[in-house]
Amino acid sequence: MSHRADDQSLTGSTAMPATSIGEHMLHPEDAELVAALRRGDEETFRMLVTQYHAAMLRVALMYVSSREVAAEVIQQTWLGVLQGLARFEGRSSLKSWIFRILVNIAKTHGAREARSVPFSSLVEAGLHDDEPAVEPERFIGEGQPYAGHWVSKPRDWDTLPEERLLSGEIRDHVARAIESLPPAQRQVITLRDVEGCTSAEVCVLLGLTEGNQRVLLHRARSRVRHALDVYLGEG
Amino acid sequence: MEPPTDLSCQELVELVTDYLEGMMTPEDRMRFDDHLGICTGCRCYLVQMRQTLTLAGNLPAETISAEALDTFLRTFRDWKRNK
Repeated sequence: MSHRADDQSLTGSTAMPATSIGEHMLHPEDAELVAALRRGDEETFRMLVTQYHAAMLRVALMYVSSREVAAEVIQQTWLGVLQGLARFEGRSSLKSWIFRILVNIAKTHGAREARSVPFSSLVEAGLHDDEPAVEPERFIGEGQPYAGHWVSKPRDWDTLPEERLLSGEIRDHVARAIESLPPAQRQVITLRDVEGCTSAEVCVLLGLTEGNQRVLLHRARSRVRHALDVYLGEG
Repeated sequence: MEPPTDLSCQELVELVTDYLEGMMTPEDRMRFDDHLGICTGCRCYLVQMRQTLTLAGNLPAETISAEALDTFLRTFRDWKRNK
């Protein structure tokens, strides 16, 4: 059985007693979950499956082209998780471990399907989209007094009736704006803002640096805000 | 007349995510806050961004289908029987 080099260096740098590193490093919550799964507690399994499904589907769909194949990938992931439980030592969190298995299986399926665009090039595309957050015409031009300041101030959304902001029509519009983002931006904003993952989790799931994660999130949020502003301005 | 701060509105809108993520140096954060303090336009912009995040957070997350859950639970029961 092989461990990743970074896991090794992590254990080497801690003051844990060498004899029981595995169990010691398990997060207490993870330790409970792992123990429950090992003894065959179906409720724990059901809870994890339900809780992670949306994020797993998102991540799988980065590597495979259809929901059918993604469902197959998730199914194989859970089988891999159950079969690997006895060997799980808690060198990473349970969630990271599950998602690492998912990504490995999804990559194998993706390679078989020979998807033309690898995620790394989608990230490049998402980073190099240099559309500004707000159209330059909204700001006073260079060389004039107050250059770079608003020509006219942005709409005050606080004065919009609450029921308008909470309406299904606006919700559909946000969903459509997110759907139409460049793929890497869409993945990041969905995991972060729709599914509530932390930035650290998203970096692990998508293999992004913290800085790139933030740039993609910024582009994505700016575009969705813009789409909403245009839409609200029409109404 | 001089612009009120050294940070322009056009620069500020590109820093909003760093601000909301808490990824700014204390000096940059101070410049950002100073600008917000005197610029209603940028305050409106920040409200718009916050509302956008709230709206995105209210979208229903994808839920697992009963069929998929059944398949996974069968996998679990098979594993449990054979372990």
